Amino acid sequence: MIKSKHHIIAIASGKGGTGKTFVATNLFHALKETGENVMLIDCDAEAPNALAFFDSRQADCIEVTQQVPVIDSAKCTFCGKCHEYCAYNAIFILPSLEIIKVIEDLCHACGACLVACKYDAITQKSVTLGQVSLNSINENVNLIEARTKIGVMTPVLVIKAAIRQIDHRNNIVILDSPPGTSCPFIHTVAAADYVVLVTEPTPFGLSDLKRSVETLKQMNKPFGVIVNRAGIGNNEVYDYLESEGIELLLEIPFDKEIARICSNGGMVVNHNPALKHQLLKLEQKITDKHGIGHHQR
Amino acid sequence: MELAIISGKGGTGKSSIAAAFATMGSNVILADCDVDAANLYLLFNPPHDEEEVFTGSYKAVVDQENCTLCRQCIDYCRFDAIAMVNNQINISEASCDGCFLCSRICPEQAIEMIQHDKSRMYTGSFRDGRMVYGWLAPGEENSGKLVNLIREKVKKLAQQNGLSHIIIDGPPGTGCPVISTITGTDKVLIVTEPGISGLSDLKRTVELVQGFKYPAMVLINKYDLNPEMTSRIEVFCDTVWIPVVGKLAFDPQMTEAMLNCKSIVEWKPKSETSKALNRIWKTILNF
Repeated sequence: MIKSKHHIIAIASGKGGTGKTFVATNLFHALKETGENVMLIDCDAEAPNALAFFDSRQADCIEVTQQVPVIDSAKCTFCGKCHEYCAYNAIFILPSLEIIKVIEDLCHACGACLVACKYDAITQKSVTLGQVSLNSINENVNLIEARTKIGVMTPVLVIKAAIRQIDHRNNIVILDSPPGTSCPFIHTVAAADYVVLVTEPTPFGLSDLKRSVETLKQMNKPFGVIVNRAGIGNNEVYDYLESEGIELLLEIPFDKEIARICSNGGMVVNHNPALKHQLLKLEQKITDKHGIGHHQR
Repeated sequence: MELAIISGKGGTGKSSIAAAFATMGSNVILADCDVDAANLYLLFNPPHDEEEVFTGSYKAVVDQENCTLCRQCIDYCRFDAIAMVNNQINISEASCDGCFLCSRICPEQAIEMIQHDKSRMYTGSFRDGRMVYGWLAPGEENSGKLVNLIREKVKKLAQQNGLSHIIIDGPPGTGCPVISTITGTDKVLIVTEPGISGLSDLKRTVELVQGFKYPAMVLINKYDLNPEMTSRIEVFCDTVWIPVVGKLAFDPQMTEAMLNCKSIVEWKPKSETSKALNRIWKTILNF
């Protein structure tokens, strides 16, 4: 098969702490060791961790900004039209006292107030939402991190900026997705050709897995499941996968040694050749079945 | 007292710890504010005394009959949510931010804003008390609005029922939902795990909490899985003046308790973990 285009795999899970970053970083490392052109993007912009697992050098850093309004109260007639147009209550106005303020934390930078103002009283300024850092482990940029400024309302714009940096020379791109099933998750998996959901066999893990599955089905995304920390819980996750006809891609047993290596920022695949083999085989299977060749036919 | 339990990262044990505090017979009402992945109800299975519709964001919808393909909406939309697909205006629901601008500027008034109403807020009773939790429909924006509603509801119920302690199980991350969770609470408990990821998330969470000047404490869960990282976390907490109120060893009985729909305090009240949690709760109350 000729790989003319990159193949994007998102590693996701409804719940945090199931081992997404563990799977994403180890899969990335294993593929890189085989000489594959592979790129990892940490899209968990509110709590990015992937970078901590690698010895990398920052090649570039891009500021992600948005345009928020600035109101010139000298030009403002306090007509209230901008306040009326703002769907997010980000404009505070007291016409009788001639007070008008933009509450930047609530502003979504939609630009509606600029359209509303007939008196040319609103201009804009850039506000930083976060950074996208481009890092290289050897020579090429292969490790990208999305990182929101703390307290920023939504990481979506920073995540999108990181995904835009995908280098088409890479055959495989791995996205480490944020947890949950709301916008940050949707925008990450929307960019992927295939989604690997990582779960654990507990009631909490199962409940969050079901939400992710529902969402991916609505989005028509192909996906499969890795059960991490197998052995700590019960069989309900397996029963669910079977009844829904969802592919169980891999089981990784609970192992204190894996937990120890990860917690020290190490690569488990360096100590566990069986896991390395399984992850590489898994990637091959996904590419063969859902990869580039499949889409082009 | 209103206590918010948070952690930069998910899966550190917030919910299990919240459940333990809630079952010590200590006059408590619970709020699950991790609306994106609410889990506490799985342990307590409260019958829904009340179900309230949470109307979230608006989404733009095009009336293709009236659309003249003038493309003005595409030019004005700052969320890249509108595009021409197969000679039709197409609005991506996932990207639409509900700002109303396209519906306002459309010369043909061919765009309607429709409000999402699939999210819910539930109130229920369980064996030891009452709880409120939210369920955010997949793909909804987690802006913190539902978190605020849950907190208002819990406060009202606490007053009505004379309950003195509110325990909030918070969402992961450092964005809006977390800020809504900790704003105005009396105390914040940050749960962390010893590890390179745990420490990096803890640093971000501390930055957030200290930006708001909240009295915060740290609980190190599964501390024995990596004693060196545990010491590094303790040193970090020292340097930022945040007290470590306790450490819990890795305990498979925590998972066992969850599998049996119980908190660890209900499942193994005499276990070391339960005893430690009792001590930690007392420390928090006196903090």
